[in-house]
This record gives sequence, C-alpha cells and structure tokens, in this order.
Amino acid sequence: MKKLRKLYERLTEGTLFLCGNITGIAILLIVLFLFREGIGFFGRNSVEEGYVLALNRKNPVNKLSSREIKDIFDAEITNWEEVDGLDREIVLFRLNDITNYVTEEELGEEFEHIPECIAKIIHDHPDMIAFFPKAYLTENFSEKVLQVERIGLLEFFGGDEWMPTATPSAQFGILSLIMGTLWVSFGAILIALPLGIGVAIYLAEVANKRFRNFLKPVIELLAGIPSVVYGFFGLVVLVPFVQKTFNLPIGETGLSGSIILAIMALPTIITIAEDAMRTTPLAMKEASLALGATRWQTVYKVVLPYSSSGIMAAAILGIGRAIGETMAVLMVTGNAAIIPHSLLEPLRTIPATIAAELGEAPKHSTHYQALFLLGVILFIITLIINISVEFVKRKRV
Amino acid sequence: MNDEIKMQQIHRRKRLYEAIFFGLFRIMGFMVVLILGFILCFITMKGIGVMSWEFITASPTDGLTKGGIFPAIVGTMCLIAGSMIFAFPIGVLSGIYTTEYAKTGKWVKFIRLMTNNLSGVPSIVFGLFGMSLFVNTLGFGDSILAGSLTLGLLVLPVVIRTTEEAILSIDDSFRHGSLALGATKLQTINRVVLPMAFPNIITGLILSIGRVSGETAPILFTVAAYFLPQLPTSIFDQVMALPYHLYVIATSGTNIEASRGIAYGTALVLIIIVLTLNLAANVIRNYIQKKIK
Repeated sequence: MKKLRKLYERLTEGTLFLCGNITGIAILLIVLFLFREGIGFFGRNSVEEGYVLALNRKNPVNKLSSREIKDIFDAEITNWEEVDGLDREIVLFRLNDITNYVTEEELGEEFEHIPECIAKIIHDHPDMIAFFPKAYLTENFSEKVLQVERIGLLEFFGGDEWMPTATPSAQFGILSLIMGTLWVSFGAILIALPLGIGVAIYLAEVANKRFRNFLKPVIELLAGIPSVVYGFFGLVVLVPFVQKTFNLPIGETGLSGSIILAIMALPTIITIAEDAMRTTPLAMKEASLALGATRWQTVYKVVLPYSSSGIMAAAILGIGRAIGETMAVLMVTGNAAIIPHSLLEPLRTIPATIAAELGEAPKHSTHYQALFLLGVILFIITLIINISVEFVKRKRV
Repeated sequence: MNDEIKMQQIHRRKRLYEAIFFGLFRIMGFMVVLILGFILCFITMKGIGVMSWEFITASPTDGLTKGGIFPAIVGTMCLIAGSMIFAFPIGVLSGIYTTEYAKTGKWVKFIRLMTNNLSGVPSIVFGLFGMSLFVNTLGFGDSILAGSLTLGLLVLPVVIRTTEEAILSIDDSFRHGSLALGATKLQTINRVVLPMAFPNIITGLILSIGRVSGETAPILFTVAAYFLPQLPTSIFDQVMALPYHLYVIATSGTNIEASRGIAYGTALVLIIIVLTLNLAANVIRNYIQKKIK
C-alpha cells in the first residue's frame, strides 16, 4: 500500500516536471522547426522551378546572379558587357516569342518540335538569353545552360527588392521589409510611449481610487480586443481619416499602422510602467514631499528615476509587441514592399509578409523557405527583446 | 521683503507646473477611456443593425455578402475547446511545478525566462511553427487538431502565469498545517492548495479563452477555411473561425463593399465575446477579494 502510494507520488512528480519545462521544450521545438523549414533557402537559386535559362555556346558568360537575370529581363541591362560578356546587345527570348522566329508548321501539329526549334533558335542567335521550361530541353542540347548563383546572405539581408514570384528570377531582398517593420514600430512607440507613461503616472500617483478602479478594466479590455478587430477598425475609420487629413492618394500608410499599433501597445506599456512606479518606497516620496517639493517634483525627481528601469522594460516590450503584430498591420499599411521614405507611404512589415504570402507559396519552394527564414528573424528579434528586458530589470538590484 | 516675494513667485510657479502636468496626465487618462469608448461605440452602432437570430444561426450566402456566421461561431467554439483541453491541464501542472516542486532558484528562473520568451513570441511565428510541426511533420493537415494545439501553445504562458500567481498568494501556514497533520506533499496540494487557488486559476482560464477566440495569425495556415458551410464532424476537419472570417470579408471577399454589414456584425460578435469573458473574470476576481476580506 505504502509502496504503491510512493510510486504514485513519483509518477505525479515526473509528470509535473515534464509539464514544468513545457515552455522550454516549446521554445526549443520552435527554433528547431523554423530553422528546419527555412535553412534550405541559401542552397538554392531563385529561378522558377522547372525552368531553365540557356545561352549560345559561344557566349563567354557562364554564371549570373538572380539580380542580374532580373535586370536583363527587365531590360535594365541591355548589353552583355555589363555582365562581363562581349560588347553586344542582349536578345531576350521567352517561350511565347517562339512564333517570331519559326512558323507554326515547323513547330509541328502537336508542338512536338518545340525543343528542337528552341535549340536551333539559340544556335542561330549568339547574343540570346532564353527562358523556357526544362521539359523543352533537348536530350543532346549543344548550347549552354546558364548557371545561376545561389542566394547568399548579403543578397537576402542587403537586397532591397522583395519580388518572390517574379519570373524568370524571383528577388528575395528583405531590406524593405525590415525597414518597413522598423518604421511602423518606431512610429507606434513614438505615440504610445509618452501617452503610456503619462497614463501610468496618472494611475500610480494622481488618480483617486475610484477612477483607478474604473481605468484598470478599461485598459484590460483594450488589451483584450482581438487584433483583427483593431485592423478592421483601422481600415474603416483610421485609413480614410489619414487619407483625408494628409490629402494622400491612399490612406493605407505606415502612419495608419503606427496609430493602430500604438493603441495596441498602450496596455502593455501602461501596466508595466505603473507596476514599476508603484515599487517606489513610500519613505522616499514622503521625504521629498517633506522637503517642500510639490507632488509633480516628487514624481519627476524621485518616482521616475527610481522606476526608470521598469519604464525602460515597458518601452522595450511595447516595441516587441509592435514588431510582432501581424493582422492589424496587414490590414492597414497597404503592403507595398518598397523602402519607405516617410510614414505617409504604404509599406510592408515582416509579419504581414508572412501572413499574406505563405498561403500561396508552394510547399518547400524557395519562396516558402524564404518566408520561414523571415519567421526565424522575427523570432530572434523577439528573443533578443525579451532577454534584454530581463537584463534591464535585473540591473537595478 | 524682496526675498519673500521671490519665494512666493517660485512657489506659485511650482504649483502651476504641477497643475499643468497633472492636468495633462488626467487628459491622457481620459483619452484612453475615449479610445476604447469610441471603438466599442462605433462597432456596436454599425454592427447592431445586422444582429439578428438569423445572423447567429445561418450560414454565409451570396459570396459572403449575406446570411449569417454560424459555421464561424461553431469553428471558434471548437478551437476554444480544443486548445483549452490541451493548454489548461498542462499549464496548471506547470504552474504547480514551478511554485511547489522546483527546488533550485536558478532552474525556476530559467523556466520563468522561457515562459516570458514564449509569451513574447509573435503569433504569426506560432502559425509558422504549427504549420511546420502539426500540419506537415505530424501530418494532421489543416485541421481542428493542428489549430487547437497551436493556439494552446500560444496561451500556455497565460495559464501558467495565472496559476503561479494564484498558488503563490496562498499563505504558507495552510501548507504547514496540512503537512503537520501528516498529509503528504501531493495530498496538501490536492486538498488544500488547489481548492484555494481554484477561483484565481479559473480567471486565467477565462482570459485565455478570450485570447484564443480572437487570434487570427496562428490559425491562418493550420485550420482556418475561407468558406465552409458544413459543420466539422471530426478533429481532422477544417473549420471557419470568427477572427479569420472577419479578416476575409474585410479585405479579400468577393465584394468588399457589400459585405461591410456582415463585417461589422462579426466584429461586434467578437467584441461581445471578449467583453463578456473579461467581465466574468472581473466578477470572479472581485468575489474572491471580498471573500478574502
């Protein structure tokens, strides 16, 4: 009987231990799985799957980066010399150009001669770059299949073009997304921090008990409203308002996102800052008042310096909240993947990009992996934020 | 004489500053109330018109521009139930472990850090993770199971924290009394600590239900369906969900203008859910506070 009981206690303790560490396990799993899905990205190139790029055999160019391919097909690079080739004009060839070079009879009744035709066209045009499905590559293809450089770290982090579905070569530069995220979050914190700290001071030092008991649930409710509802509210109220006030062509701008995010980050900032201010010892405040300082001077010279680390933590967590927020931002910022120059332009953030595009990215494609890498980046940013909050809080003691 | 006037001036200026700043903070406080009031009023005013029995109990029709939101309500209920079955027991057990069992301070600190980290992870990252682990690797597909597990993981920190707070607020003398009577540690937790902490733990449960019912990003790729009038029959089915439905009809429906009314109604339903849950949590909390007094 006693043995059984002991066994039972042991078992429970084991279960408790496992559950106790669930959050650690979860974090570990998140890291593992996000990396697993995303890490293959850097080994790949960005040309659409199932397609090839081919050159004439005599062309000295062997390898191009995805950026160069894009510029060539966008006619921004028009001479082979610009990509270390001969000084000759580039001739573009896409599959639907084929009728410009050969007649329909040559293609055959069921287009069965397309591969041979393509090979012949490339052979006849020494300055041509051709983009066509891999299936049309003849077995004894005597021209040159172009090699595409793998996507590197620099291209990923430093590239300013995010065009994941562009053909022939997709662009995966996340600089515009990072800048978009920073702009919106910075704007949000600029609005939310003064307001949040003001309200926190009011709650901690000025308000009477009745108003405090009224304001606390209000703030809780503000934190409880789902982010889609905020997004929807922003879409129907804030976006037209911003458009009218600043006389813009569209109201879906970074500013709309910043305002919505500021409202969403407010509860976090207020709660944490107020908690920090409440830890100020009464003796210190009374000493200040006894010296003839007014209540404002006491707040300004005693309470704020004493709780500065807590306020710092509130600010950092507010930023964290803003950076990670997805749905509201997705709905009001316009989602244009360009580097913004002001908050009055449409922009696009990292979380919004993931939410908007993952549904359409084919599983395990380069695009899919790039989105998971964005998730990894987001995760790392929030991890750094959380750990720095711990650090800031601990510093005081 | 001159000095006295100067002193009075300084004093007056001090008072003036105080009045200005405290006035400013008061205005800020009222602004927060105004913001909430405006959002609630706006959505209520616009949404109350479409509110009807039919809206709650019918399926969407005419390309999501008419009809009701019944499948979305059912879907959200399924997700709430599923995620709570997963998160509530594990979260409570985890809270018990860190407060009653974990011995070394360092280990507890580490667990707390991990809990804080988990609560700081953006919801879209949970969505990615859920898609990778539950949908792809474990092969659940887009299903209630995958969505519930993802959402459950998301609210775990909330459950854990409220449990910890609830247990820590119980005075040690109760534990000592129980142990002195010859009860084992487990019996003490079972018969003394948990019953006393229970109401507070329930508030945590209620608040996490509120969180689950409003989250969109984690369910985008794990469970949510664009339009699915059939109700789910197993945990491997896809469902519609209220927040995702609102997102769809607000931004990418077939006819955005025509579905605005429905969108306001859906937003109102979401707000009513959150409002009710918060109210319930507050009532329970106040009840406990009175009881303690």
